[in-house]
This record gives sequence, C-alpha cells and structure tokens, in this order.
Amino acid sequence: MKLHEYQAKEIFRKSGIPTPNGELVTEVDQTTKAIQNVKGPPWVVKAQVHAGGRGKGGGVQLAHSPDQVVSSVQSMLGKPLVTKQTGPGGVIMHQVLIEEGIDIDREFYLSMIIDRAVAMPAMIFSQAGGMEIEEVASRSPELILKEHADPATGWMPYQGRKLVYKLDSPLSPEASRALMAIMANVVKLFMSHDCSLLEINPLVTTMDGKVVALDAKLNIDDNSLYRHKELHALDDPREKEPLEVEAEKYDINYIRLDGNIGAMVNGAGLAMATMDVIKLAGAEPANFLDVGGGASQEMVTKGIEIILKDPRVKAILINIFGGILRCDVLARGLLEAAKHTEIRAPLIVRLEGTNVEEGREILRNSGLKFLVAKDLAEAAELVAKQVS
Amino acid sequence: MNGLIMSILVDEKSRVVVQGITGREGAFHTRQMIDYGTAVAAGVTPGKGGQTAEGVPVFNTVQEAVDKEGVNVSCIFVPPPFASDAIMEAADAGLGVIVCITEGIPVLDSVKVAAFLRRRNSVLIGPNCPGIISPGKTKVGIMPGPIHRRGGIGVISRSGTLTYEVVEQLSKVGLGQSTCIGIGGDPIIGTTFIDHLQRFKEDPETEGVVLIGEIGGTAEEEAAKYIEKEFPKPVIAFIAGQTAPPGRRMGHAGAIISGGEGKAEDKIKALQAAEIAVVLYLPNLGKTALDVMKRT
Repeated sequence: MKLHEYQAKEIFRKSGIPTPNGELVTEVDQTTKAIQNVKGPPWVVKAQVHAGGRGKGGGVQLAHSPDQVVSSVQSMLGKPLVTKQTGPGGVIMHQVLIEEGIDIDREFYLSMIIDRAVAMPAMIFSQAGGMEIEEVASRSPELILKEHADPATGWMPYQGRKLVYKLDSPLSPEASRALMAIMANVVKLFMSHDCSLLEINPLVTTMDGKVVALDAKLNIDDNSLYRHKELHALDDPREKEPLEVEAEKYDINYIRLDGNIGAMVNGAGLAMATMDVIKLAGAEPANFLDVGGGASQEMVTKGIEIILKDPRVKAILINIFGGILRCDVLARGLLEAAKHTEIRAPLIVRLEGTNVEEGREILRNSGLKFLVAKDLAEAAELVAKQVS
Repeated sequence: MNGLIMSILVDEKSRVVVQGITGREGAFHTRQMIDYGTAVAAGVTPGKGGQTAEGVPVFNTVQEAVDKEGVNVSCIFVPPPFASDAIMEAADAGLGVIVCITEGIPVLDSVKVAAFLRRRNSVLIGPNCPGIISPGKTKVGIMPGPIHRRGGIGVISRSGTLTYEVVEQLSKVGLGQSTCIGIGGDPIIGTTFIDHLQRFKEDPETEGVVLIGEIGGTAEEEAAKYIEKEFPKPVIAFIAGQTAPPGRRMGHAGAIISGGEGKAEDKIKALQAAEIAVVLYLPNLGKTALDVMKRT
C-alpha cells in the first residue's frame, strides 16, 4: 500500500525525521489560510498523487508570492497530472501540499528496502541526491552505499558512521550527527511500520546546517496491514482503478491492463503466464486476475462480475488448475455469477487438477454455453479466434 | 545443504507433521496427502492435543509430535499472523525439512525467520508455496497428485498452479519427475533455485531440470550464472510475467518489477546467455523439454 507524501511526512515527523513545514489543501479557498501558517516566500506547491515523476509533469511548482501559490493551487486541484508513470490520461490531483521553501546546501539520497538476496532490510545511501537512483546506479554505482539492518541487533551506530564519514566532502559535526540520527530513526520507522519501501530523495542539508527530508515515499507491506489498522485507514482508493478497489474488497488480485481479453486464473504465476499466452496468441489481456490459491465460490462469482464490468472485454478466458481451489468450487462460482449477471462475452473455460471431473460435470449440466478447452494451447487458440 | 540428498529432500521414509491440521485447508490436504501415500504421522494445533484429525493424532506442540511419532518433516497451514512462529517451532524441534504453504506472511516476519534459521539445520521450503513432491514416494504440500509421474526431471518453481501446468505438460509428453519443489512466491523464501540445483546435481535420479521463474528479484539471473559454471545437466526454463507492467505487485508478494529490477526480459536474456533453453510460449513447454532431453 502506497502512502501520499503528506501522510509519509506526518509519520516522519513523529518518528524524528525532520521535514519542511507544510499544509494540505483540498479546496482553492483553503489556500490563503494555509499560506499564513506556512513560512514563505518561497513556497513549494506539490501535487499529492501516488505516481512518480511529478516534477517533470508540472506537479511540483515553486511560488514566490501568495498570488502565485493560489494560481498554482488553482492550476492543479481537480486537474489531471500526466507523468511517465500515469499513462496518457493522467491522474486527478485531489489534494496539494503547500510547503515552506528550503534553502538547500547539499542533496542526498536515502532509502530503505528489503534486500531479498540476503533476507534483510537494507539502507541505501548516496551523495548523489535529487536524481533518479536507477540512473546513478547505472552511471556511477560507486556512489551508492548499502548497509544492512540485522534483525537481531537492529541498526548499530557504527553503521551510520560508516556511511556518513565516507562522504567525499565532510559535513559539519552537527549535520553529521543529525544525519546519523535520521538514519537510526529511518530504520526504527521501517521496522515498526512494516514498510516495504521508505525513500527520501532528496534528503538535504540546509544553509543553516539542518538535515531535512524534502520528499518522502512510504510503502507499507500489504501482508502486514492486519496489524496496522491506523495505516490501512490512510489508503486512498481514488488513486486506484475503481475495479481494482472493488476486487480488493473480496481479496481478489486484479490489475487493469490495456487489452480486451478478460482473464480469471487461480494462482499468480499461472495468471501472469496466461496473460503472456494471450499476448503471444495474438490478443491482448484486459486484466490480471488471480482469484488466489484458496479462492471461495464467492470470490469466483465476484471475479467474473468484475471482469464483466469492464466494457472493453470481448472474451473471457478462465484458466483454473485446481490445487487448494477445487474445480467443483470454481464451477459452482461460475454458475452463481451467471444467475446474477448476463455473461455477455464468450467464455472459454479450461479446468484441470483437483476435482476436475466434478467441475466439468457441473459445467456440462448447467445449460450455460461455455467453450471448454482441453488444454492451455487450445484455450489460447479459442481466445484468439474470438477477437480476430 | 545439511547432507539432505534423498530423491531430493523427501521420500517414502519421510514422517510428516501437519501444523494447522484442524483448519479447513489443513484437514483437506492432510486427507489428500494420506491418499497419495504420504506418511502423515501427526498433526499440531495448540489446545487440541489429544484429539485426532483425519485419523491422525493431534498434539499441542511440534516437539511432542517429534517425541511421540518421530516426525521429521513439517507441512504448515497456519494463518499468516501465526505462521512465522510455527516455522520457528518446527525448526526448534529439529525437523529437517519445513514446508510452509501459508500465503500472506508479513515480509519482516520472514526476515526474522531467515535470521532464526541461519542458526538451525532445517531447510525451509516456501512460504507461499505448493510444497514438494517426489512422485510415487511422497507429497508434502497441496499439489494435485495424479498429474505427476515418476521420472527424471527435477522441477523448481516460484509458483503454485503454474507448476501444475508445467508438470502436466511434462507428464503428457512422457517426462516424469524426480522431485518438484515450489520454492515460494514471497520476496523472502527459505531456499533458492541454486540450493535445489545443487541437490539435483548430486541426485542420480535427476537427468534434467525445469526451472520456472517469474518477475521480481534476481534469483533467476543468479541461477543462470550458477548453471553456466557448475550445473552439468540440461535445464529448460520458463519466466512468467513477460507482459506484466512495472511497479505492480502481480499477486505474489515477490512478483514486482521495481527500480528497473526484476523484468522478465532481463531474466530471459540472462538464462539464454547461459545457453539455457527458455520457453516463451507456455503451451510449448512439454514439447521443448522433450526435445532438449532427447538431444542429451
């Protein structure tokens, strides 16, 4: 789950990571009052959307007067922001953050991720802040430093020293201490909030020697949300496709794609592979939909309903290899869906695995028109035929 | 490696304890395992010790199951909030192989589990996996038994149902399997492709390996390097997620392209560079595997 910058910064401040002061605005009318509460000029007006690359798309604007702040806010609220991560339609800017401008001395990059290879959280620190870290990684990898947080000990002070005293030009003693304290607090925050990503780019030193997180990105591990109700409440469904929000309610993994073949599959790997097969057979998948290994009959019903709500869908491929999800459960779920929803697109069904005979029997006796494929190759051919 | 080379990891001598045996999935798959011929010797559900489930004695702790029934392999169906504790309990009781089926364990719990296991001798398969099967000998997991055939192909996969698809294709073209292992779809898992490639290398029954990867992480790239340098048997690979968009978690917690890392394209290139036969169109996998095995 992704948090907005303003939400992340609130958590940062509570966790001992300084940020600029700022105020969130959701209506243009609130701007004047916000300006009074936030030091300036200059001010920085930042669109609060989950998509990255905001700056280049006009989602981050510098304002030198209250009037400029108002016109920036006006130009953003309710309007779409197009970045390289949003697609051509962009995302609507529902809220903006007005922040005090900061007098920047130096820019750094600081993040924490899960390093899968060693099964530990890792802090990534670089003196090349303010640019895309992937770019730094490919051009000058020696500028990227990595330090793991051992779960047995937590972050140790020497690790901060290792990073901070390795800088090409040293920081002042105060700034060094502040930076090391921030590093320790980043690790604590990361662990206590079950983060999957924490990124500060840039983390800056100011002309008066302070260290401040100018930007903030915070993702929470979805699997941990059961023990973080307060964080789960920060979820902003406006940032997602409506059908994805609906799927979430039923614990269905649904991701909207660009094509017109709806797909329902059990298991993430098979669902991805089925998308690939659809594409290689000459069609385009409209979605990724994994009902999960242990899907219930209700989830199957909801899955079909969600696919059918997408008007682009011209045919549906159901590819089920029964394991935890038994084929008879799938078949009953399909029948239930057909009772409530008109199955308006051709339905190609491929069933295999646990209780497959029972599942096929239920479909045969249902009176519904399914195109039953004997294997994946045949299923792909049938799909391609429907849209050609 | 812990000296565990037996067809690999499990065989007909394995005595299995099911943790979470009284739950819906635990009970169903205990029955399926017993029907397949697996020696399920005990179940564990705290507070239900003394009962029986699916004809199997239930204990309060794994240690009791070890003491009374001599179990040496665990299969875990415990819900995510309690699963990391269940894994550590099994490792503490000294079980050689722990198969964790549970999906949805918080990744920082898995970080702790990984640290715990570094000081133990258990091999963890999963979490978020279908388990392990040595066809005709035993199955510890949830895969449908009848699709498997005894034979010479080792299968290692990050996926569940995709593995069944692959196994079915292999069986249909007459390529049986020595052992199939689902290593799990989580970002942090107990064993890697390389761990099992090492076992398959030493296993005389295994003549070739099918490796099933997916987007996210760099495990396939690392496997490619290992295979090129040290693995003498033929390998056939498939990578799921060629059409997956970046930045999205594709069902599995570990299946995400992030920061330019984890793309199917890069994995396929790395495998091809190591002269491994990579299948792009999944329906062709069985046939390609047969061609590769015939050539050698």
